[in-house]
Amino acid sequence: MAADDLCLLEQIVARHGNDASKLLQILREVQECFGFIAPAAVNSLAESLAIPRARIESVASFYSFLHLTPHGEYRVLFSDNITDRMLGSQDLMAQMCQQLWLQPGKVSEDGLVSIGTTSCTGMCDQGPALLVNGRAITRLTHQRVMEIGQLIRNRTPLADWPADFFRIENNVRRSDLVLGSTLLPGVVLQIALALGGQHVVDSIKTSGLRGRGGAGFPTGLKWEGCRNAPGSEHYVVCNADEGEPGTFKDRVLLNLQPDLVFEGMTLCALAVGAKKGFLYLRGEYRYLLEPLQAVLQRRRDDNLLGKSILGFPGFDFDIEIHLGAGAYICGEESALIESLEGKRGVPRNRPPFPVTHGYLQQPTAVDNVETFCQAVLALHIDAEKYRAIGTEKSSGTKLISVSGDCPRPGIYEYPFGVTVREVLQDCGAVNTRAVQISGPAGVCLGESEFGRKLGFEDLPTAGAFMVFDDSRDMFEVARNFVHFFAHESCGFCTPCRVGTSILKQTMDKIAAGHGTRYDLNEVENLDRVLQTTSHCGLGRSACNPVLHTLKHFRPAYENKLKSLDFEPAFDLDGALARARQMTGRDDAGAHLKAEGI
Amino acid sequence: MSKKLRIATTSLAGCFGCHMSILDIDERLFALLELVEFDRSPITDIKHCAPCDIGIIEGGICNAENVHVLHEFRKNCKILIAIGACAINGGLPAQRNHLDLSSCLTEVYLTEPGLAHGHIPNDPELPLPLDKVHPLHEVVKIDYFIPGCPPSADAIWKFLTDLIAGKTPELGHGLIKYD
Ligand SMILES: Cc1cc2nc3c(=O)[nH]c(=O)nc-3n(C[C@H](O)[C@H](O)[C@H](O)COP(=O)(O)O)c2cc1C
Ligand code: SF4
Ligand code: SF4
Ligand code: FES
Repeated sequence: MAADDLCLLEQIVARHGNDASKLLQILREVQECFGFIAPAAVNSLAESLAIPRARIESVASFYSFLHLTPHGEYRVLFSDNITDRMLGSQDLMAQMCQQLWLQPGKVSEDGLVSIGTTSCTGMCDQGPALLVNGRAITRLTHQRVMEIGQLIRNRTPLADWPADFFRIENNVRRSDLVLGSTLLPGVVLQIALALGGQHVVDSIKTSGLRGRGGAGFPTGLKWEGCRNAPGSEHYVVCNADEGEPGTFKDRVLLNLQPDLVFEGMTLCALAVGAKKGFLYLRGEYRYLLEPLQAVLQRRRDDNLLGKSILGFPGFDFDIEIHLGAGAYICGEESALIESLEGKRGVPRNRPPFPVTHGYLQQPTAVDNVETFCQAVLALHIDAEKYRAIGTEKSSGTKLISVSGDCPRPGIYEYPFGVTVREVLQDCGAVNTRAVQISGPAGVCLGESEFGRKLGFEDLPTAGAFMVFDDSRDMFEVARNFVHFFAHESCGFCTPCRVGTSILKQTMDKIAAGHGTRYDLNEVENLDRVLQTTSHCGLGRSACNPVLHTLKHFRPAYENKLKSLDFEPAFDLDGALARARQMTGRDDAGAHLKAEGI
Repeated sequence: MSKKLRIATTSLAGCFGCHMSILDIDERLFALLELVEFDRSPITDIKHCAPCDIGIIEGGICNAENVHVLHEFRKNCKILIAIGACAINGGLPAQRNHLDLSSCLTEVYLTEPGLAHGHIPNDPELPLPLDKVHPLHEVVKIDYFIPGCPPSADAIWKFLTDLIAGKTPELGHGLIKYD
């Protein structure tokens, strides 16, 4: 490594206090600075952090945005969610590959560029989208892709690309309590400080607030559990990993209401007795880092963070932002904590839960971005009043991320209890065949169920609402989701690591016209194995896309099946073609008949 | 039991390790022979399968002949069992799936000196290799899988005795191994 580079590397490590628990953050910066993490960099980090090389390589190889080998000066990743595909992302990627003379997944021979795919980038309302060196570009068209290709070929530095490429819309279509809030920073904190931590916990309990990250755990109970758990330190963590394909509301909240998020975290710190908080920001939202840091600094300047907040002696709290690096599983709270500690994002055994044994094994309250915003407003408008919004078991409002086949995709905030049909009407969807609620892990609804209500009683959701009209093949939707799970399985437990791959192969087999009824039965068997033996929620829900679409859209599968009981997974005779060519044989023994047995 | 069940076994792209494990059931083989008769199997040296109740196959599918044998087993056996990692996943032979078949053949027969007089063998007697090694269930329907490399004799014994007794075979704790 050149002396300059070593110096840069040392600066990065020093900025993180030579702390091995910041390994992921360090690796991210090394990646950003050098384009990949070279063996010499690994050696140098191993030495300065006093940890083995193997640990560094194991962490680096876990996250898909970190590379141990050169991946080109320009690393282009097309967002590969079904909504991107519906907007033509696959054609656009093929176009760029052709323009730059490149195969997907490979680095060009001159080391200039690589092109690949990545899971949903959270730009579903303005797709198709891609990331170039971690920066998101949305609203791709053939024209735009061609321009990007030219910029890359001319080696134009990213900073000189047209600013409009990087413009990201908020697309707020319906505001309510949260998005409509004009609350000034510090107002609720002032009230809360006067009331005290216990009172905050009690109010949140009274408000009926439940977590907005998907599982809907009562927030007051979580905060109380954390408050009462013994530990030398307590921590607050905001989950802004937002990896669920089709969800992008946390991005909009962090952009439009960052003060509500940070105020909520500070409120939580008061409730649980924490001095330190983390915002875990998904790598795809890297562009939000500087604006968010500016907000944090302003809040420090206004004494809303730091020592003796708002003049209350002993109430010290500050927030650090950690960036993810392309791993959906890090949205799972215990994997997120592992990642915060600079490790591979593998879910922990639960129990013990993070409320008692979280970050550095200390009591930790992990909540979703939206949950923190809601908590502030629940306290502001009064807990009882908050409880009256929404439905009996789901109080307050919910941000819904609408994408797919509709003229007005974007963010819609409704009181809980809104029906699927109302959302469809508001976003202008017509001829809707299906709606996928809460991402690939959630449920797929057919028309007969559009009267169902969003809320924990009926349709719990983290917010994704993907619309499919009658031109869409629901089998392909499920196949895309199954590929997503296979790609994002963290690989820790065998049922999920192997099962999601088998599921993917089965769906590909059906897509290639080799499927039979037997394969559908196998999916049901696989579901039982995954449901009962997976270590975390990812494995447990991996079969949902297939099971749900099978329930409503069986013909989409059946018209692809062969009528036989069994079909080989591949073209038997075709598999001999290479050997025929190499040996020059074409006798009867050099062929295999297709036989369904 | 009125009539003995007929069992056929064969090794395709495997190492015979799974068959060794079948032999490892040792003196229990005598008890087994009270209940079953062996049809096509390395134990009997019978070359082709007659109609059987149970077929046991070790090893995956790496060439055209493997496909023919597997088809013969599927046509003749009421129940077909894939035994061992190779039959279930492709196992060790599937390591070649990372390589392109043409470059494998070129490397072995053309680049390296001394083999086959510098040409790729093309005698019609020889089965052609498939471009990839596949697990059995990608070629025919498989009814049961016994994992392990190889599965232990105890696992095989438990599995067969359950099956012969007409029960759903169940390998409890300690009998299922994935390596
Ligand atoms: C595979 C998986 C991915 C998850 N991803 C997220 C996520 O991106 N954002 C989030 O807030 N919660 C996510 N969760 C839920 C978290 O584990 C946790 O329940 C949540 O952050 C708690 O916050 P809440 O109570 O405010 O909802 C995920 C869970 C699983 C199992
Ligand atoms: S279920 Fe999947 S994602 Fe979860 S721990 Fe196991 S391998 Fe990892
Ligand atoms: S599974 Fe193991 S023992 Fe059996 S054939 Fe394969 S390599 Fe040999
Ligand atoms: S090493 Fe554990 S399954 Fe292969």
